[in-house]
Amino acid sequence: MLKLEARPQPSNAMSFASPLVALLVTVLIGIVMFALLGKDPLRALQMFFWEPIRSAYAWTEIAVKATPLVLIGLGLSICYRSNVWNIGAEGQYVVGAIFASGIAMQAGADTPRAIVLAILLAGIVGGMVWAGIVALLRDRFNANEILVSLMLVYVALMVLSYLVYGPWKDPKGYNFPQTITFAAATKVPRLIEGFRLNIGVLIALAAVALAWLFMFRTYRGFALQVGGLAPAAARYAGFSSRRALWIALLISGGLAGLAGALEATGPLGQLTPYVPAGYGFAAIIVAYVGRLHPVGVVFAGILMSMFYIGGELAQSRLGLPKSLTGVFQGLLLFALLACDTLIHYRVRWRHAPRVSAATAAVAVQPAAKEA
Amino acid sequence: MVPPPRLELIGIGKQYPAVKANDGVNLTVAPGQIHAVLGENGAGKSTLMKIIYGAVQPDEGEVRWNGQPVAVRNPHEARALGISMVFQHFSLFDTLSGAENVWLGLEKSLSLAEVTQRIVQVARDYGLEVDPARPVHTLSVGERQRVEIVRALLSGPKLLILDEPTSVLTPQAVERLFVTLRKLSSEGCSILYISHKLDEIRALCHHCTVLRAGKVTGEVDPTRESNASLSRLMIGAEPPQLQHRDAKPGAVVLQVRGLSIAKQDQFGTDLRDIALEVRAGEIVGIAGVSGNGQQELMAALSGEDPRAGAGAIRLFDADVSRASPRARRRLGLHFVPEERLGRGAVPTLSLAANTLLTRTENVGRAGWLRIGAVEALAAALIERFKVKAGGPGAAARSLSGGNLQKFIVGREIDAAPKLLIVSQPTWGVDVGAAAQIRGELLALRDAGCAVLVVSEELDELFEISDRLLVMAQGRISPSTPTAQATIERIGEWMSGLWPQPAQPGAAHA
Repeated sequence: MLKLEARPQPSNAMSFASPLVALLVTVLIGIVMFALLGKDPLRALQMFFWEPIRSAYAWTEIAVKATPLVLIGLGLSICYRSNVWNIGAEGQYVVGAIFASGIAMQAGADTPRAIVLAILLAGIVGGMVWAGIVALLRDRFNANEILVSLMLVYVALMVLSYLVYGPWKDPKGYNFPQTITFAAATKVPRLIEGFRLNIGVLIALAAVALAWLFMFRTYRGFALQVGGLAPAAARYAGFSSRRALWIALLISGGLAGLAGALEATGPLGQLTPYVPAGYGFAAIIVAYVGRLHPVGVVFAGILMSMFYIGGELAQSRLGLPKSLTGVFQGLLLFALLACDTLIHYRVRWRHAPRVSAATAAVAVQPAAKEA
Repeated sequence: MVPPPRLELIGIGKQYPAVKANDGVNLTVAPGQIHAVLGENGAGKSTLMKIIYGAVQPDEGEVRWNGQPVAVRNPHEARALGISMVFQHFSLFDTLSGAENVWLGLEKSLSLAEVTQRIVQVARDYGLEVDPARPVHTLSVGERQRVEIVRALLSGPKLLILDEPTSVLTPQAVERLFVTLRKLSSEGCSILYISHKLDEIRALCHHCTVLRAGKVTGEVDPTRESNASLSRLMIGAEPPQLQHRDAKPGAVVLQVRGLSIAKQDQFGTDLRDIALEVRAGEIVGIAGVSGNGQQELMAALSGEDPRAGAGAIRLFDADVSRASPRARRRLGLHFVPEERLGRGAVPTLSLAANTLLTRTENVGRAGWLRIGAVEALAAALIERFKVKAGGPGAAARSLSGGNLQKFIVGREIDAAPKLLIVSQPTWGVDVGAAAQIRGELLALRDAGCAVLVVSEELDELFEISDRLLVMAQGRISPSTPTAQATIERIGEWMSGLWPQPAQPGAAHA
């Protein structure tokens, strides 16, 4: 009989191994799934785990997709460590993209390159404003931040639709719901000619380093985490929970907004209704698979990015449905949460409860008495 | 023929993942015997009782009931055999009446009116005053315990297990409980009495089994033992004697006047017109049964509850009634809360990180942490206060309660406070560590620090305090020099019966 037994100490080894075990479980379930769909599982797995990393070009594409995931995931890690449940990074991402596009649309042929800075800044501000609404409602009216942030995603999507179908629609765009293509000056500088990879990757890596320093080397970062780990201890220490709420939401909103700005003026180059690609929700998985740790978030971001690309490949080459990407991402999160049980528990194989012969011999007695 | 013992345990063993809680424990309880089980926290008393009550299954050994081997698989079977237990933490629904609570635990064949009638009868027979119709949240802790005991007695038990029953009672209530227990014993009901209070065991019990680290270290007749000899059996050594010098009180450090705060949660206590004073170089003790406003007072003094009225709390000459805990700490007020894990320390963080909760000297400019200095501070605390821990990197929750308490108290003492407020300084701490903590508090006092101690243990307060105050129902008594106080008088005050001063607020000694 299999039995879960509490470990005296949470296992360190297991907290590292758990994401790997979860990945393995995801792959195994994936194989079964592909087989049931009548596809060759090996070919399918190849699409998800080999094709995306086959060449230098493939790697740059992973980095392009991983950049927003890592940026948003970092912010969410800080949020979740502070016990602030921001589920609406997608909305903050969209509003960041809207703010950034608002600036980018002003650019003409002779606008200096420095406008990129203003664009990115606008993206950060946009994300912060959207997250700030959540903080304000929570702070002033004790509104649940999970619901408010999630609902604001849909508000942001509506705002985006209004803009691209209405006032911001490209007059020469044959009535397609999209803005003008942004001027060349607004393009986020590319790293290597011929690849879509841009300086967003460097910004994301810098953000990883800064987030690590903030979390583990500053008093304020420490105070935030105490608020998440033990609210009573934070009150005892005198760390303000209101301040933690604002800081966590503004940081994660700002980073999501930055990701939105980078996406709108990077790979996309215009605002369309397809800006929201689910990065804000996928980043929740990134944050957790990455153990809410900046370095872990990088690896989780790369993995999720592989799933995105693999999903597209599986779609075009094998004719598998698009929703497969989401299924894979969801499977990974479920598998991880299940595997995390093993950090605090271990599985024991037990035959029968060990009892001494004397007790076992008479174990029937009280039962008989009761009957 | 000698009747078989009511209960006999032979070679009971229970292994938990980290610790062997019981190891070859033998225990024999005769009919009508009041049998003490004495031991420190973590000695394995509770596990043993849970095994008898069927809540935990032993790994090895045999349980005999009236001479017959039995396997008690759950509390339901235990009750069917005639074993009842009164837990340390009551299991009553606050919003239901006493009678309804009792009714819940019985078979449904009886009506509520019949149950109420039986409660009244049992209560009268054993001198346990309870009003079965009152909702539990309006009952005092002592009354709640009586409801629990009545519930246990309704089934006519042959063995009653009481787990630390007096930790929540005033001295007078303890006396009344003992009368009840002696009456039960004279009627043939055996009683297992779990405690670490030596005086009580010597006053009440016929026989005493001493546990240490899961093993039986002695079986004695407590009436023929001294506190010192029982203590030796329990901890393997006698606690060191404290050096006690006369206090030299200086200037007023903390002054509380007219402090009234409405309770925050439904079952809290309103603070009503609290007035007290603590001077430099003295230890002031606050006695009282827990739940009489001590927690609320501590939160108001520490700044965790910043709702005090303007001018109610003065630290030196500053009005800190609304100041944050950090602002108060900057003025020299340090506080040790009664909950260590989760309030005094973050369970999952290292000891080094936990120093940062109240110590900011290692926070550099712009809020950068000096990690090396933080770890050095934790290492120094571990060394100075003899904390048994894996080092500065050990998670707070990996420490035993006593060691974590030493670390937290040490962290605050080492901060060189001008006023130290300590809630339950030795709650759940073994005798050796308790003596060490008390010694440190006295040393701090002698160094000129003002110390305010809240404790449920009267012995402790009498041992270290220079002046005593009592809290009851959210009010506080006038202070009395410890030298002039008696246990009896403090016990009376604990029920709220202290001489009313001519004018409120003029209650300082």
